[in-house]
This record gives sequence, C-alpha cells and structure tokens, in this order.
Amino acid sequence: MAVLDIRRKLAILADAAKYDASCASSGGEKRDSVGGKGVGSTEGMGICHAYAPDGRCISLLKILLTNFCIYDCAYCINRVSSNTPRARFSVKEVVDLTLNFYKRNYIEGLFLSSGVIQSGDYTMEEMVRIAKSLRLDHDFRGYIHLKLIPEASPELAAQAGLYADRVSINIELPRDDSLKSLAPEKDVGDIKRAMGRMRLAIEDKAEPARKAPRKSFARSQSTQLIVGADEAKDGDILARSASLYGAYRLSRVYYSAFSPIPDASHRLPSARPPLLREHRLYQADWLMRFYGFAQPEIIGQGQDLDLSVDPKTAWALRNRARFPVDVNAADRETLLRVPGLGAKAVDRILLARRQARLTIDDLKRVGAVVKRARAFVVAEGWTPGAATDGEHLKARLVEPAQLSLF
Amino acid sequence: MRVVRLASEIDFDGWRAAARRLRAEGVSPEAIAWTAERDLFSPPPCGEGAGGGGVSAEMADSEPAPPPQPLPTRGRGFTVPTAFVDLAQAVILHRASDRLALLYRLLWRLEREPRLIDNPADPDVARARDMQKAVARAIHKMHAFVRFRLIETDPETYAAWFEPAHRVTEAAAPFFARRFTNMTWTILTPDACVAWDGQTLRVSDGVDPADAPSEDAQEELWRTYYASIFNPARLNEKMMRQEMPKRYWRNLPEARLIPQLIETAQERAAAMVAAAPSPPPDRVLKAALRHARDGAFNGDLPTSLDEVAAAVQVCRRCDLWRDATQAVPGQGPAHAPLMFVGEQPGDQEDLAGQPFVGPAGQVFDAALKEAGVPREQAFVTNAVKHFKHEPRGKRRIHKTPDRGEVTACRWWLDTERRLVRPRVIVALGATAAHAVIGRATPIAANRGRALHLPDQGQAIVTYHPSFLLRLPDADARDRAHAEFVEDLRLAGELAKLIDQGAQ
Repeated sequence: MAVLDIRRKLAILADAAKYDASCASSGGEKRDSVGGKGVGSTEGMGICHAYAPDGRCISLLKILLTNFCIYDCAYCINRVSSNTPRARFSVKEVVDLTLNFYKRNYIEGLFLSSGVIQSGDYTMEEMVRIAKSLRLDHDFRGYIHLKLIPEASPELAAQAGLYADRVSINIELPRDDSLKSLAPEKDVGDIKRAMGRMRLAIEDKAEPARKAPRKSFARSQSTQLIVGADEAKDGDILARSASLYGAYRLSRVYYSAFSPIPDASHRLPSARPPLLREHRLYQADWLMRFYGFAQPEIIGQGQDLDLSVDPKTAWALRNRARFPVDVNAADRETLLRVPGLGAKAVDRILLARRQARLTIDDLKRVGAVVKRARAFVVAEGWTPGAATDGEHLKARLVEPAQLSLF
Repeated sequence: MRVVRLASEIDFDGWRAAARRLRAEGVSPEAIAWTAERDLFSPPPCGEGAGGGGVSAEMADSEPAPPPQPLPTRGRGFTVPTAFVDLAQAVILHRASDRLALLYRLLWRLEREPRLIDNPADPDVARARDMQKAVARAIHKMHAFVRFRLIETDPETYAAWFEPAHRVTEAAAPFFARRFTNMTWTILTPDACVAWDGQTLRVSDGVDPADAPSEDAQEELWRTYYASIFNPARLNEKMMRQEMPKRYWRNLPEARLIPQLIETAQERAAAMVAAAPSPPPDRVLKAALRHARDGAFNGDLPTSLDEVAAAVQVCRRCDLWRDATQAVPGQGPAHAPLMFVGEQPGDQEDLAGQPFVGPAGQVFDAALKEAGVPREQAFVTNAVKHFKHEPRGKRRIHKTPDRGEVTACRWWLDTERRLVRPRVIVALGATAAHAVIGRATPIAANRGRALHLPDQGQAIVTYHPSFLLRLPDADARDRAHAEFVEDLRLAGELAKLIDQGAQ
C-alpha cells in the first residue's frame, strides 16, 4: 500500500469521523496549565473554535485513529464492505497533530474514535496510548473525548476514563432489532454493559471521599442515535433516550440525521438527511431534560413529532385547557410549559415581576418569543381572549419551512 | 454642559471616579457629555497602555488620576449593588458611544430605585444587559477565533493578529495566559496588544494590520481538516454565519475555503445520493461468514452456573431485557448450603451485573453480619433477573415485576436451585416468597419459622431489605430489623453455617 502523507491521512480520517454529531468540550474539570509543563485548560464552558458551512461547531480535532474496520454496519462509511479509501494514523502522528493545532488555538482538544482493527482490545489499547502520551509525556491539559469500543475489556475502558474528560459509546440505532439487522456484529448488550460500568466508574470517582488524592477521571458520557436509517418513529427514539438518560446518567444523547455517505449500502435510504426532524428531536430532548416534560407527554411510542411546529407548541395546542397562563402569577413549572418562554426568560420573569406587573412588552425585553407566547399568556393589559382556543391558532404558529435547521 | 474626558475608552476607574463625584454633586444625566477622545489642548493621557486614567478638562481637576480603589459599593455617601459594578465594568468595553451616558443614567436612577438592576424588564437595564451580553460574546469569540502563528522556533514563540468586536483585548487575555502558560505569545489588535512571556501579561497600545504575523505552515493542515470535517449534505450557511460572523473571517485562515465549499456542496451531496453502491470486496464476503455470531440461546438446560450466567443474557422470555443493561444471575459457591432469593436487581445491580450491591444490598450485608452469616458462603440471587423500572428524568424508578414476569423468570431460578441444591432457601419479600414457594405466602404470617419444600429443602420467608429502608417510623423499623436479623440467623443455623445457640 502506498504510504500516505499526513495531509492525506488527515483528509481521510477527518472525513470518516464527521458523521459523529458530538462536539461538546464542556463539562470537564476546571484546570489550566499554570504550574505545569505543557499547554491546555478547560474552564467548564466549551469553546467552538470554528464553524463549518454545515453550521456545526468545530471544537475538537475529531478524527479516527483508523478507518479500517472489521465490522459491517450498514449505516457507516467505514464498514468493511465499503470501498472508501483507508488510512491509519500512528500514535505519534495524532499526538503531534493535536498539540500543533492546540498551540495555535484551533481546537479545545481531541475527540478520538476508531474503526475496529484486529480486536476491540487492540484498538482500544492504541487509543488509550494516545491519550496517555498526551497527558503524561506532554502534560496536555486540554479536553480529550475517547470513543469506547464496547467489546474492549473493562480494564481498558477504565484506563480510557483515567485520561479522558468524556467517553462515549454510540448506540446508533434506536431499535434493537434494527441494530441487529444493520449492524450485525454490534451487540447491544455489550454496549449497555459498557455504559453501565462507565456510569459506576464515573460516580465512584465523583464521591467526595475519593477526591483526595485527586485522580482525574472522565466526568461524563454520551451517545448518539442515528435518525432516519431505520423505521423507528420519533416516539421510539425519545423513549430510548429517556431510558438511556435514566440508566446511564448520560450528559447528552446526540441525534444525527442519517446523511448520505459516499458508497452507501443498498440497504439504506439514499436521500437528503432529515434535518428538520433531527431539530425537532433535539427540542423534544430539551423538553425532557430542562422543562419537566415526560416522554409520553411529548409523543407516544410509534408516533412521529409534528414537523410544522416545535414540540412544546404542539403540546400546548393539544392542552389548550391549561392556557392562558398568567405571567404575573404562575409558578416556574407552569411558565416553563408556555410556548415562547425559554428557561432563561422564565427566570427573568420571576425576577422582574417582584418589582412590577409585567406587560407584553416586558416579556419581549426579558427574552421571550412574544409572537409564539401571546396566545397562551395573560399579562398586564393583555389577554388573548378567544385566541387561545381559535381554530387558526396553529396555522399562525407554524414556522416557515426551513430545510437547513441545526 | 459638563464634559468628562476619560483617559481611555475602557477607563473604568476614571469613569467611576467622575460618576461618583457628579452624582454626589447632583448633576443630572442630561447635563453631562462623556468622551474618551483626546482633547487637542490637553496633554495625552498618562503613560503607556490602559489602566490608571483621569478626569480632565471641564471637570476642572487637573489632579492626577485617582489611584484604583476598592470598587465603589461604598462611595461618598452612597452605595450601589455589586451587580451594577459588574455590569458597568463589562458595558464600558462596548463600542457603543452612548454606553458611558447609559451607565451614568443607571447610576443616577439607582438613587431612587435601589432595586433597579434586578428588573430585567426595565428598558435601560435591558439595554445595558444587552451590551453586557455583547461584550461577553466578544470575549468568548476572541477566545475562540484568535489564531496563533509560530514566528520563532527556539524558543517557541507565537503571535496573532485579531480584531475584536468590542474593546475586550485586556479582558480576554488572562484566558490565554492560563491556557498557554508555558508558551511565549503576543496578541496584536487595533485597540491594544497583550504579550505573555511565561510570567507576566504586558499591555501596550494597539497596532496596525500591517504588523500581523505571516502565515504558519500548519494552516494548510488546518484547512485540510476544516474542509474534511464539513458535511456537504447538511449545508447550513445561516447557522455558520450566526455563530461565526463574517467580520471575523479575514483573520481566520480556514475562512478562505468557505465560498468554494458552499458552492460545491449541493453537487457533492447530490452525487452521493445518486451514486449506486459498489459491490463489496471479496475478502469482505468471506469475512462476513467468519464473523457470523451465535444465535440466541437455544433453550437447552444449562449444566453449570457459568452456563446460566451466559445464557440468561440472551433470555427473551419476557420484555424486561429491552430497557435493562443486562441480566443479573445469582452469585456464590456452586454448592452453597444457603440460598437467598430477592425480588429483582435494582439500579446499581443492573449496572454492575451483580446481585445486592446497591442500597438494599448494604442493608442486607449489615444484617447478615449482625446475624453472623457469612455472605460469601451463601448463594445470592433474585426471583427476576432483569431490572424492571420506569425512567424519570435522570433516575430510574423501581417497578414491581408482575406475575407473568415472575413466572417467566422462574425457569432460571429453578435452574439455579437445581444446580446449587441448597439446604435452606431464604425468600426476601413477597415476590421472592411467591417464586420460591409457588404460591402467595404472606410474610408477616409465615416468617420466623422453617417451611418445608417439596424437594426436601427448607424455606424461610422474611422481609426484603428495601422494605426496611422504606419504613418511615423508627420504632417499626427497629422492630422489623430485629426480626429480619433473627430470620437470617435462623436460616444460618438451619444451613449449618453458624452453630446453633452460638449467640
């Protein structure tokens, strides 16, 4: 095989990594390079150092160690049966690339994933070597996210946790039966067990008693579900997320609209990615995590979300009897359920109304989307009258079609 | 009209000193003109760089700049909320020319409306908050978009040219010092320059774009990365511009690729959609056969506990496996004389794959210790092997398994019983009692004595440890706990794990 130069390898192995939606560099422990020998800091909030024309944040150097893979997952560009060009980085190449990019302030750190070569253990060991070298040889204090290989041994996963800020394992397909048919070598049991062990390890380290002497350990784990590669409905996907959040305390579930890939498998839809659907799923996910909604309230299993309005508005339209809500009197939980009021706006409302009764104009100033909220709220000098129950209300709340959300 | 001239655009101390004096004098906001521009007839403001600062001209004080003092929460006769000081320190960095007047107006109003700052709906506060937000964003974007270039290799020295949206260079600099502590670097901007030598941050006057460092060889690699990580099938120019406004592009080495990436995106995506899949290489077809995995459990009776542990993982006798992490088989010596049967694994057991390791397991362990029964000599399992629960936010709420699930799982429990053949089985709680005895066996009426099992063994039914955890009343809890320990001790004696009457 021809020897590839670093630039060609980077092109292949970044291209192969871009279908992973995760980019977060937040939630690491707070640290900097003061008193150290190397570079790097994480200050809680992640930084997006650039945005690609797809609107996605570029925060980490997101690459694969190699895109050679012994598995044949139909949705994956790197599956063994694909004729995509292949490459493999050496440990040193990844370490140098990360440091060179980091020192120029291009990135927050490294997000390393890999195709599976030889065995899960072999692959995981190589990945751990990279993280270890960055941390120990170079005293690198930036962010590291490692993808876990589910079938790798628990000891290697624990080592990964020792050097990484976050680890993740992608479930990819919301339904177990589709996982079986589209990713025949992936074992959902392996994935869940690995996530379960990781949650225990993270919580174990999180216990204050074990903090001293402080041994850093991954703070969080996440996963990704592909949307639109199988028959799963939005309700099924959200039920899966709810179950994952509960079981493994994931910090995030990423939804990735199935995107056409070069040399796709004939078993998958060849179509434009369902971006709007992905956007609605993120909104619904937010409602579950920050707005006190339970999955069945948002959408039942076997059903899809309404694409024409956001899921909170859809819920409000189905539950009009609960509206209008008085912004000068309602409690936080009730306000959070009003369309057009985000969590920040709600907190500001609670603050502002201690001093004066709030008008519709005040709502605008505290950051509410008044256009969406007005039919659902009562404010000083404002009542929606019959608008809350009007039959054309939904038509007025439909957002103009946008294909390019998220 | 009073004209107040600050030493620099971001001279907070100067503004503060002037504002304090003006408010004390009762000068209303309309009567003041604020400026930081140099007056042709007055000497340039002090020394190099920002900091310090003075009030000059019509303020009529030619005194030197007042030394920085503790923040003016307690000034001459009046106080302001700390939140206002924080707000003012940010807002002064905004480029809007009316920011100083706005701040004074807020300070002026605070006298009559001391809680003004806490009202996000007030127009002045809202505008100041917007400016504060814009400044915070400018700082954040500076942290994100500064691009260092290597200008010297020995010692490694970096420099960057940047144009911040607001006058935030000094405010943004400490971040770089914390992150690149062991590097030598300079950031040049039109407003100010900051330099770090590994020890101290030095601030100097702004410079001209002509002083920008020249291109770095790594930028070609960075552009390669930028182009490759972009997914043309998801083109979303609006989102990109919103987060990476065009004003920053000219100093971002990757930005020059943007027009071409956008132009060819549609075509590239369409080609991927249209392309027919190519046949997989031969080696793959062969490998596929090799990798064919074992099917689900075939239903043969397991002949060892290891086989049970492996086979129960693929059990599909009921639906509980779907939301569970794994099945939790029993644990303990293959021929233990004593077997404990609980209800089902809980949250922690489900993650760890071991029975009784969570909160109920701790109660159980403590009671066993009290009773003198060594857990490691007993076999510990559950009536149902998968965790039944309901997700509730970031938690999973235990749900009692129903009759069908207990019956389906009894196949596994019976297999474990057959392989271990314990002398005594302790059923913990009603679900376990039902599974072990084969019919509903109320705990209160049957605990405290040995029940005979058809297979010659003996059974004891007692409370489930989590029942003890849930009892709200301390007396009831103590009583139940004592009975629980008593039952465990009886079981230990019957199983000959502890001497009769040893206690």
